[in-house]
Amino acid sequence: MTLKDSIALPQGADQNQQDAWEHFQRLGFPTTKNEEWKFTNVNALLETVFSQSQEHSIQEKDISNASIKGLDAHEIVVINGVLQGVSSSNAGYSISSLSEAILKQPEIVSKHYNKGSKNEAEAFTALSTAIAADGIFLHVTKGHSVVKPIHVKFFFDAQNENAVSFPRNLIVAEENSEVNIIVSYHTIGDHQSLANDVTEIVVGEYARVEHFKLQIDTNNASHIGTTQVSQAANSLFKSHVISLTGKLIRNNTNIELNGERIESHMNGLYMLKGDTHVDNHTIADHKFPNCESHELYIGVLDDKSRGVFNGKIFVRQDAQKTNAFQSNRNLLISDDAKVNTKPQLEIWADDVSCSHGCTTGQLDEEALFYLRARGIGKVKARALLLRAFAGEVIEKIKIEALRTYLEDLIVERLDQN
Amino acid sequence: MLKIDNLQASIEGKQILQGLNLEVKPGEIHAIMGPNGSGKSTLASVLAGREEYEVTGGNVTFEGGDLLELSPEDRARAGVFLAFQYPIEIPGVSTTSFLKTAVNEVRKYRGLEELDAVNFLKLMKEKMKTVEIDQALLSRSLNEGFSGGEKKRNEVFQMSLLEPKLTILDETDSGLDIDALKIVSNGVNAHKNSDNAFIVITHYQRLLDYIVPDFVHVLYKGRIVKSGTKELALELEAKGYDWIKEEVDSLV
Repeated sequence: MTLKDSIALPQGADQNQQDAWEHFQRLGFPTTKNEEWKFTNVNALLETVFSQSQEHSIQEKDISNASIKGLDAHEIVVINGVLQGVSSSNAGYSISSLSEAILKQPEIVSKHYNKGSKNEAEAFTALSTAIAADGIFLHVTKGHSVVKPIHVKFFFDAQNENAVSFPRNLIVAEENSEVNIIVSYHTIGDHQSLANDVTEIVVGEYARVEHFKLQIDTNNASHIGTTQVSQAANSLFKSHVISLTGKLIRNNTNIELNGERIESHMNGLYMLKGDTHVDNHTIADHKFPNCESHELYIGVLDDKSRGVFNGKIFVRQDAQKTNAFQSNRNLLISDDAKVNTKPQLEIWADDVSCSHGCTTGQLDEEALFYLRARGIGKVKARALLLRAFAGEVIEKIKIEALRTYLEDLIVERLDQN
Repeated sequence: MLKIDNLQASIEGKQILQGLNLEVKPGEIHAIMGPNGSGKSTLASVLAGREEYEVTGGNVTFEGGDLLELSPEDRARAGVFLAFQYPIEIPGVSTTSFLKTAVNEVRKYRGLEELDAVNFLKLMKEKMKTVEIDQALLSRSLNEGFSGGEKKRNEVFQMSLLEPKLTILDETDSGLDIDALKIVSNGVNAHKNSDNAFIVITHYQRLLDYIVPDFVHVLYKGRIVKSGTKELALELEAKGYDWIKEEVDSLV
C-alpha cells in the first residue's frame, strides 16, 4: 500500500490522537495549492510504498559508523522509530521512550506533551500526533547542566524495503537547566526512507538549550519534520539545521517566545547538489516585550537542487522593544539550481527593531578572479569562496568536534566539484 | 621578459587597446601614464587574464611563452603579478590562509617544496617588515574592512611573498596619503632587483618620485603615443595631457 493509503488511526488511540486524527482528516495532505507548500510537492512520497515495520537487521557497525569522530556524547539510538537499549537515568537528566515516560513520569509528560503542536494547522504534525507509535523523551531537571551533548541517531532500515517512521519526541529543560541535543538521520540500505517527526522542546525560565539537526543521509532519505519550541522568560534557545544530502526535506522550525527577555537563534545551512530538495519554514513568534531573535539561513545550491526558505516573524502587540533579525542568503552555482525565498514580517507592536533581507546570487566573479590572480586554481578558489560563504553558519557551532566534522564534510564536498 | 606586439583588446564590443607595443626587460621599471579612459587599466587586466576582456589581435610573449594562452592562475604562477587598483574584500577567507595557499600554489608550479605552517609564518614575518604591515591585519578576513592604504599595502605584501618576475602596479598610488605612498614604494623598491621588472600604471607623477622609472610611456586611445625617460613624467605633471592629445589628434 502506498503511504497515502496505509495511514490509519491506531487501535486504542487516546484523546490527543483522536483529536489530531480529526484535524488531519479535515486538512488532508498538503498540495502545492496550499501557500505553505507551494514549492514542495509531496505527492511522489505519498504514492510510494513504505513499510512501518519496527523489525530491522541493522548491524552494530552501521551504528558505530554514524558516530561523529571526536565527539564525546551521550549516544541514543533509535531504529525504525524504536528506542534501542534501556532507558537511562542520570544525575540531573533522564532519557526514555515517550511510552515509558507516560507511565513513569505522567505529570511531566501530560503537562507538556502536544501543548505547542499546531495539529489544527499542519497536516503532517497532526498525522504524527495521531499515529506516532513512540519517540524520545528527554527531561533535564531544574538547575542541572548536562555536560555532554546528547546525540540521538535515528536509523532507518531500508535494506529490503522503503522505511517510514513517525517519531514523536519531547524535550523538557526545566528552569535554569542546560542541554545540547544533536539529532541525526541515517538510512541503511538503498531503498527510500521517510521520517515524519515532531519534536517539542520546552525551554524553562533561564534555561539554555541548543538543538542541532543534521541531515547528512543518503539521497533516498526524505524528512518532513517539525521542531516546535516554547521558550519561557529569560531563556536562551539556539537551533541549527544543517542539510547536506537527502531526497525531499521539509523542516519547520517554530519558536514561540512565551515570556520576557528571551533570546532565540535559528541558524541554517543547506548546501545541496544532485536533485535534493530542501524546504525550511521558520517562525519566530514574539509575544512579550524585550526579547530578541536572530536568524541566519545560508544556501549553496548546485546541480538541479532546489531550496525553499520561508521565514515568518510575528511581533504581537505586547511585544514592545523586540529585536528581530532575519537573513537568508543563497548562492546558485549551477544554471539548473533554484531557490524560492520569502521573508514574512507581521508586526503589531510599534516600538520594535526588526530587519530582514534575502539575497540570491552567483559566486562573486571579481573575488574569484582576485584569488586566481594570486595563483590559486579555479576549482580551489571556488571552494575557498563557498566555504567562506557557508562558514558563517558553521562557525556559530561551538561544539568543536561537531564543527570540525561539518567543516570536513563541506571541504570534502567542495573538493569533489 | 615581456613583449607586447600590436595588442588589441575589447570589452563588451568596445575596442579599448588599438595596437599596443611594449617591451620590458629584466631590471627595468616602465611607467605607463595617460589620461582617464586611455586603456591603462585594460592593459593591466588583459595581462593578468581577466576574462571579460577579449583579445582581438596581437601577441604577448612572457619569458618566451605565449602569455595569452595561460589561465589567470598560471600567469600568476609563472610570475606575473597584478597589484589591483581596487583590491577585493573577501569575507570569511582568512588573509593568512589565503596567503599560504597562494604561496604554495606558486611554489608547486615552480617546482619548489610547499611550505609548512612554521616555515610559512617565518617567511611571512620576514616580509611583513618590508611593508610595515600589522599582524592584526593578517588575522582578519581578506581585505575586509581594510582602509584604502591597508589594502594597497596588502597588495605589495602579497607581491613580496609571491616573488613575481613581472609586477604590474595598477594605480597603486590612488587614494594613498604620502606616508602610505612611501611605505608602499619602499616595499616595491625592496623587491626590485636585476632579474625582475615592473610596469607602473599611474595617472600622476607623484609615485614616480619614489619608484623611479627607466622609461615613461604615454597611453592614449589604446596606443603608446609617446615614450621617454622620467623627465617626460615631470613634463606631463606640469603641462597635463592636453598637448599630447592635440599632438596625436592632429595626426589623424
